[in-house]
Amino acid sequence: MFNLAKLSRVLVGVCSGFVFSAMPLLATAGSPGHYGYGETATKAQIAGWDIDVRPDGKGLPEGSGSVDDGLKVFETYCSSCHGAFGEGMGRYPKLAGGDGSLADDRPEKTVGSYWPYASTLWDYIHRAMPFFAPQSLTDDQVYALTAYVLNLNYIVDGDFVANRDTLPKVEMPNRDGFTWQDPRPDTHNVRCMHDCKDEVTVSDSAAGKNLTPSTTGPLDEGLTE
Amino acid sequence: MFGKLRRPSQDVAKIALEESDRLSSTERRQFLRNGLFTAGSVMVGGTFAGLSAKVGAAATQYPPEVPLWTRSLGAGVVTNPYGMPSPYEKGVIRRNVPWLTAEKTSSVSFSPLQHLKGIITPNGLFFERHHAGRPEVDPQQHRLMIHGLVERPIILSMDDLQRFPSVSQIHFIECPANGGMEWRGAQLNSLQFLHGMVSCAEWTGVRLSTLMQEVGIKPEGKWVLAEGADGAAMTRSIPLEKVMDDVIVAYAQNGEALRPEQGYPVRLVVPGWEGNTNVKWLRRLEVGDKPWMQREETSKYTDLLADGTARGFTWVMDAKSVITSPCPEMPLRGGKGIYQIEGLAWTGQGKVKAVDVSTDGGRSWQQAPLREPVMSKSLTRFALEWNWDGNPALIQSRVIDETGYVQPTLTQLKAVRGTNSIYHKNAIQTWQINADGSVDNVQLG
Ligand code: HEC
Repeated sequence: MFNLAKLSRVLVGVCSGFVFSAMPLLATAGSPGHYGYGETATKAQIAGWDIDVRPDGKGLPEGSGSVDDGLKVFETYCSSCHGAFGEGMGRYPKLAGGDGSLADDRPEKTVGSYWPYASTLWDYIHRAMPFFAPQSLTDDQVYALTAYVLNLNYIVDGDFVANRDTLPKVEMPNRDGFTWQDPRPDTHNVRCMHDCKDEVTVSDSAAGKNLTPSTTGPLDEGLTE
Repeated sequence: MFGKLRRPSQDVAKIALEESDRLSSTERRQFLRNGLFTAGSVMVGGTFAGLSAKVGAAATQYPPEVPLWTRSLGAGVVTNPYGMPSPYEKGVIRRNVPWLTAEKTSSVSFSPLQHLKGIITPNGLFFERHHAGRPEVDPQQHRLMIHGLVERPIILSMDDLQRFPSVSQIHFIECPANGGMEWRGAQLNSLQFLHGMVSCAEWTGVRLSTLMQEVGIKPEGKWVLAEGADGAAMTRSIPLEKVMDDVIVAYAQNGEALRPEQGYPVRLVVPGWEGNTNVKWLRRLEVGDKPWMQREETSKYTDLLADGTARGFTWVMDAKSVITSPCPEMPLRGGKGIYQIEGLAWTGQGKVKAVDVSTDGGRSWQQAPLREPVMSKSLTRFALEWNWDGNPALIQSRVIDETGYVQPTLTQLKAVRGTNSIYHKNAIQTWQINADGSVDNVQLG
């Protein structure tokens, strides 16, 4: 009895495998569906996780937000770390300023001075901020925050409303500041073995600077500056 | 019978302390350092009859004394069901630089390279870099979604993933900001903090090319976006050429499941590329026709040059080497005489071809033999015997990789990159040996 039932189940399994699953079972190695593991992702499942946004606007959802709306959301969720004007509290990132400073001795890389694409701002706030509660904001709030941070950097006017049409059109000041082709190797040291240089001078030493936490015993928590 | 032999640990500690009272202060310190641990572990084993009398007689365990651990029973099996290092190794740990970052949840810890004895980083010592802390992911509920320009978008459980054919490969992972605090000058006097954002492990998992074939990439598909399941939802765009070459979707590290710090239950391993591309806690892979220009490939992980322009997509980790002994943490302890100069070399371009060592600040160089195994995109050991004459010296190592690229000096690197690029500082490291054998991190002018 018991054995028979088991056997019939096995037979059903084999048959249905032959009849219905021809694609995954017979696909040759290296072709799609060869293993057939996992489940096919549904549109709804993908929509829940597919959060990336590209410079051309692909991935931006419906909704909108103004600079004024953004000011309020920013004060509630962001200014404690980034400062009311994006100036950055303590060592938290500055979100505004640094215009034209990239070639300075001490450049300030911010959304306004450095970021090449406005889409990245929407994408990043939406996926990762506020720091303590990522992916908790509504799409409208993220649009509003994006508008506000762009306005803090004088990239858009105070009446700007961010949405899926306006945002991809925003031109960031440093959009042409990057090369996306790796030019390395850009150094050409030679493998000299003897008489490689006349003089050797030590220009700097870490000794005595007192910046190094302890490397023995328990973790060094005290050293703060 | 057994009950008589067993004593609570406080008793052992008390006896040990009483015994130590009779010793001189130096002997006492030595005893407390070495003896107390021993007494503790003896107790765990269950036998220490006669211990207290003999402890008093022998403050040290050197010949001709027969050590305590030879005259007693050790701890039984499964005393530590998951094994731990000896308590004497408790200082060998990852460490952080508190002043470096605002939060420990968006920070880094460094691997103690000065204590590592091979090319494999033990799992508990692998460097950490988190952008939103270390998440606690439930492997039962974790899913990997693969979608975009594919024939059949799929969702895989960890069980599904582990049914695919697997590979095991030894590769280093290095954060491109390793050493990034030193562009403007020497700051940190420590191998661990200067170079400890590199680690190396055997990774086991599924080739990403296998998964890509399984879902079927549409002809327009040219890039893959990898995304983490952490609070940073870390993302990087990776070109299809690399994806189909050697990328691994890894679930194991040195023979066991990934550690949470390294992306448990599944991460990307992108051999030889910036650590940041090796997305941890991997939840999603999307195939697209263009890169996504995410925050981690625009605002971060781009290299700002002196003229104010920046380089993006500088993925490969160039060849680098460093002497791990001697170093600031490992001074020359025995006065003048013969020492082994030992170190590590690696390159994201493939294999290490050769390493040279200088003891005179780069005036002359000598080839240092490599120690097997020499594998592609893995840490590689080198060593050179050196007879130190007791005078101050400047020691350096210089790697040449299989493309013929020679590791640059800091001066050469700064000449093309300036001092603001943060990432990809692979310059030759100089250690200054002082007459007393101590070692300092210095830069040459
Ligand atoms: C608890 C402190 C905190 C709060 C609150 C916070 N952030 Fe952040 N923010 C951070 C930290 C830390 C980082 C850097 C994270 C990393 O290491 O990747 C960051 C990074 C950013 C960046 C990227 C900066 C750059 O130059 O790359 C933006 C933009 C940003 N935050 C916007 C926001 C917005 C908008 C809010 C409010 C919704 C917010 N943050 C709330 C701490 C905070």
